[in-house]
Amino acid sequence: MDLIERLLNKDKRAVARLITMAESHDPKVIEVIKKLYYKTGHAHVIGITGPPGTGKSTLTDKLVKALRKEGKSVGIILVDPTSPFTGGAILGDRIRMNDLSTDPGVFIRSMATRGHLGGLTKAVKTAVRILEIYEVDYIFIETVGVGQSEIDIVRNVDTTVMVLMPGSGDDIQALKAGVMEIGDIFVINKADREGAQRTKLEIEMMLDYGNLDWRPPVEKIVAIENKNIDKLLEIVKEHKNYLQQTRNLQKRRAQNLKHEVMDLIYQKVIDSIFDSSENEKKMNRLVEKVMTKDMDPYSATELALEEMDLKKIGHNK
Amino acid sequence: MMDRPIRVLVAKPGLDGHDRGAKVMARAFRDAGMEVIYTGLRQTPEQIVNAAIQEDVDVLAISILSGAHNTLLPRVVRLLKEEEIEDMLVIGGGVIPNEDIPRLKEQGISEIFTSGTPTSIAIEYIKENCRHVLR
Ligand SMILES: Nc1nc2c(ncn2[C@@H]2O[C@H](COP(=O)(O)OP(=O)(O)O)[C@@H](O)[C@H]2O)c(=O)[nH]1
Ligand SMILES: [Mg+2]
Repeated sequence: MDLIERLLNKDKRAVARLITMAESHDPKVIEVIKKLYYKTGHAHVIGITGPPGTGKSTLTDKLVKALRKEGKSVGIILVDPTSPFTGGAILGDRIRMNDLSTDPGVFIRSMATRGHLGGLTKAVKTAVRILEIYEVDYIFIETVGVGQSEIDIVRNVDTTVMVLMPGSGDDIQALKAGVMEIGDIFVINKADREGAQRTKLEIEMMLDYGNLDWRPPVEKIVAIENKNIDKLLEIVKEHKNYLQQTRNLQKRRAQNLKHEVMDLIYQKVIDSIFDSSENEKKMNRLVEKVMTKDMDPYSATELALEEMDLKKIGHNK
Repeated sequence: MMDRPIRVLVAKPGLDGHDRGAKVMARAFRDAGMEVIYTGLRQTPEQIVNAAIQEDVDVLAISILSGAHNTLLPRVVRLLKEEEIEDMLVIGGGVIPNEDIPRLKEQGISEIFTSGTPTSIAIEYIKENCRHVLR
């Protein structure tokens, strides 16, 4: 049986293998998505992000268990950083959700960032599509929300939950701008500890409610005690309803798809240019001239486009 | 074909409560450029096998201290066979008496690294046996 058939038969091994292929950007996985694309788009995709150690994995485990009680099926993608020095990674989020491993209605996959910025975003997007074809109702993506690639990932989800804990206020102030804006819902987890109310107030002050029609709620949670999890789940569902009713969901998805198609075109054009080693040689010769100041980079680009007979592509862009 | 890091799941089944050996193993594999899925303490063989399938790992490394290796390791191998997983390397590590090793290998464990074996030997073995990663 081929991978497509096995995926349609809800074979977890096929899902796992296809995600492996997506991670290594194997073109064969694109062929699978092409055939089954019509089955994508129905799942509620939720990003769980925030600084390390705030309880993101613990919270995800509890939210998923609440959804399982409702009979919903769930896919979970857990992203952790690759070590820039060795290329290896320790992916340890599953520790918090071990008893979900044997649940037939749950599929959990850990992914490493593997260095290349756009690569991870693409691989996660493909993994989400595979899980949608596998027909899960909800997809959770956990990332450690500090780097650009993590922010890029949550841009592609429907609802982003930013998980903080007492004392996170200072961290957040130190984080780059843009981190606060991506949260649709804020969680102050570990509310069993001192300072949760103060952090909640700090976060509320930082949130600019100016021109937003969705006011990001800030919820105090104790994930390890399963406290307020049902309430959080209600808010997550409310957010999806809000997106649908205001047509923001369609707008957001349309915008993301436009970016995706543009990226793909860009990549194809670049690839088709440098497909031929002839063009690459031509470019290298021009670069040498720029190096010796016999030419400037702008004229070299114009000449390259002329010589490569790609003027049309260049002008169209 | 596509080059990618070797993926290893490090599991520590059994009821005894410390995983220092498993953690040392996990870090050594990471430092050798592998992606290590670390699942922590007290895993059942069912949990280990389900996790290994979903993570599509090349290697399943099981650390055992409790003396239950003669039941736990063969059980993992049996579950993998039931799921028709044939291309996964299963290795064991920890406190395992030498006289038990031949029988474990007969039952389908690829290799056993008893405690005290330098991690570099296990890493060498994995790299040697994971050329199919270029699949
Ligand atoms: N006190 C307290 N600790 C928690 C709570 N939720 C999670 N933790 C602990 O915080 C630590 C980090 O949790 P984890 O889910 O791995 O955080 P992550 O790195 O954000 O995914 C673990 O030791 C958890 O047991 C909570 O509600 N209260
Ligand atoms: Mg985590």
